[in-house]
Amino acid sequence: MLHSILAFVQAWWVELLCALLIVLVVPLIAVYIALVERKFMADVQARPDPMRVGPHGLLQQIPDALKLLFKEDLIPANADQFIFWFAPVLSMTAALTSMGAVAFGPWFQVARDINIGLLFVVGVSALRPLGIILGGWASNNHYSIIGALRSTAQLISYETTAGFALVSGFLLAGTLNVRAIVEIQRTDQAWFVFLAPVGFFIYLIASIVETNREPFDLPETKSELVAGSIAEYGGFRWLLYFLAEYANRIVVASVGTTLFLGGWLRPFPNVRWLIWLDAAPTLLLAAVGAYCVFRAGKQPAREQSLFMWAVALACFVVAAIFALAAPFGHLPFELMHNGLYGAFWLLFKVSAYIYISMWLRFTLPRFRFDQFTRLGWHILIPLAVINVVGVSIALALSSEFGINRWVATFITTVAAIGAAMLLLHWNDKYSDAASAALLADSSVVEGTHAG
Amino acid sequence: MLDSVIFYFFAGMAIVSAVLMITRRNAIHSAIFLITTLLATAGIFLQLRAEFLFISQIILFVGGIMVLFIFVIILVRLDVPLPQVRWRTQKWIALLVALAVGMEAGVVLWFARKIPGQGLIFPNPAPADKLHPNTEELARSLFGSYLLPFEIASVLLLVAMVGAVVMAKKRTDA
Amino acid sequence: MPPAYIPLLLFFLLVLAFPVVTLIVLKYIRPGSGGGPPKFQPYEYGILPETSASRPYSTRFYIIAMLFMIFNVETVFLFPWAVLFRSWLAAHHAGFALIPMFVFLGILLVGYVWLYKKGAFDLAS
Repeated sequence: MLHSILAFVQAWWVELLCALLIVLVVPLIAVYIALVERKFMADVQARPDPMRVGPHGLLQQIPDALKLLFKEDLIPANADQFIFWFAPVLSMTAALTSMGAVAFGPWFQVARDINIGLLFVVGVSALRPLGIILGGWASNNHYSIIGALRSTAQLISYETTAGFALVSGFLLAGTLNVRAIVEIQRTDQAWFVFLAPVGFFIYLIASIVETNREPFDLPETKSELVAGSIAEYGGFRWLLYFLAEYANRIVVASVGTTLFLGGWLRPFPNVRWLIWLDAAPTLLLAAVGAYCVFRAGKQPAREQSLFMWAVALACFVVAAIFALAAPFGHLPFELMHNGLYGAFWLLFKVSAYIYISMWLRFTLPRFRFDQFTRLGWHILIPLAVINVVGVSIALALSSEFGINRWVATFITTVAAIGAAMLLLHWNDKYSDAASAALLADSSVVEGTHAG
Repeated sequence: MLDSVIFYFFAGMAIVSAVLMITRRNAIHSAIFLITTLLATAGIFLQLRAEFLFISQIILFVGGIMVLFIFVIILVRLDVPLPQVRWRTQKWIALLVALAVGMEAGVVLWFARKIPGQGLIFPNPAPADKLHPNTEELARSLFGSYLLPFEIASVLLLVAMVGAVVMAKKRTDA
Repeated sequence: MPPAYIPLLLFFLLVLAFPVVTLIVLKYIRPGSGGGPPKFQPYEYGILPETSASRPYSTRFYIIAMLFMIFNVETVFLFPWAVLFRSWLAAHHAGFALIPMFVFLGILLVGYVWLYKKGAFDLAS
């Protein structure tokens, strides 16, 4: 018995290590993404960001998280105890479990080479609306329930859109296995974003909606519904929802990156003369370390200065590890090369994806609830289906009639954009007619209309 | 050995969740235990190496149908425990029917025991390691021998779409 | 169970245990709290709630959930097709690859257009 357990651990130690790392590290990364968001938001809004706790405010999130752990756990009267307890746990579990099939490099994933790969991530993410609606209902609060219903309606409307956008990516890949998808992008010498740009664009929008970000966060706005479905959850329970939300952002960014942006491949992986790009991680980290050394002298307090030196040292050490893993062609350097560099490029692209979504958050105004339901059902779903049809026709044209795949992609993308224009035009006409009908219906204007 | 441990884990979870589901007074509690039952069934699919069925069970059943159930429970306010109207003999009829069904199931299982190979229909199933990848296999049969049912499924979905909207709108407009 | 899923199962149990254990541990190390019944009432911007949460909600949510269900089934039908599409093209069965799925999508397009005209996707009115 013990012998078989030891044999199992020896055979699967990478996967088990990855599992442990995900559970320990992802909550930490999630809170640091929140810190980056606060700093970026402050930059965009031209005001100071958190700068006091730790050098440059880098330790700000740790006291915030500790504060949440020790806050009072308030369960409202008449709330359903069991579900009040269970809903945040469900949200968090769904968010973290879906990370199990994401590959953080050719060697780091919890589920090695499973057949349904990326579909596992998409499928477990389908448990997201359950956590929200159960949480809202369990609070026994009108606004929570309305917020939960709206939030769930928003999520489910865009889940099909995301599914269709992913189908266009799977058409190009021919497999659901995560590692195979990235390998095909390497052998086909094109990231799928270039072969299905409309699909990536739709997935970008759908993933922003799926994670309840501005400009689509009406169900959880501070001024409208007081955090909506999670209004009654305080302290650690709120932290669970928060972690689930940020872990979801990492997950959708990873799915989008793996399927469309080439996963862990460096840009132009097959071009030999661009192999100096492999040195980019080392140089980047060394530059960050040098910057930390430069800033260390300028910190106001001695502890902050010491901390900056420590961060600089860490950067240099990691840069040295990356330099050691340069392609010498021998194991274990080969493994380190594939694993480390792959992980770096994947995290870089995931960060770029999340950065773009943050950027959209700070620049676009909020959508009204009926506006984004219309956007989802009237425009994005037909566009996503047209995109699937277009990508399949492009593939068929390039394989059957020998048309160059870039020409075929161009033709179908132009057709899809034309279809999008038509859909927008029809939607405008439709919503004008609907608004006119609403205004003509005097019972709505007077407020006596039911429902 | 590990396979049977995992199977008993999922099967036990399914049975316990199903029993809890039908004995709860609160409809949403029942819905939660239905979710766990469905997840356990999905686990059994996984145990049988039907990975695509496992994930489509989670996407469709748990992620779709259960959300719909909970929506309806909230919208129709079934979550408030209502006083039940009961016949006096309801308990005895229920007991009788349960005993009858249980006896039938027991008889079938007993006779299946006697078949060599423990009731397997295919005497030489392929060893688990040599099975084709499940998604590809499913796609091949879906677009191969089962193409007509696949197309009929789209008609079925069309009927469902129309039916849902007609039924719901009738109540809104009335 | 395919062996690759066993670490995934262990990972799921670990992920499930993490919030549960933390919640239980925190219950014991948290400092005590005071305050009476008003603290436990549902939050409604400081106004005292008058009715329990039983206001009628719009049936639009039901329609959206039903339609989501149907389009979700459509998506799940598309996944196996997408996976085998390129292999069919490689075997020169392009028509077989495209036509059945286009018929499927066409039938559902008819349904979608009807829903659009009927205003089923409108949550405003």
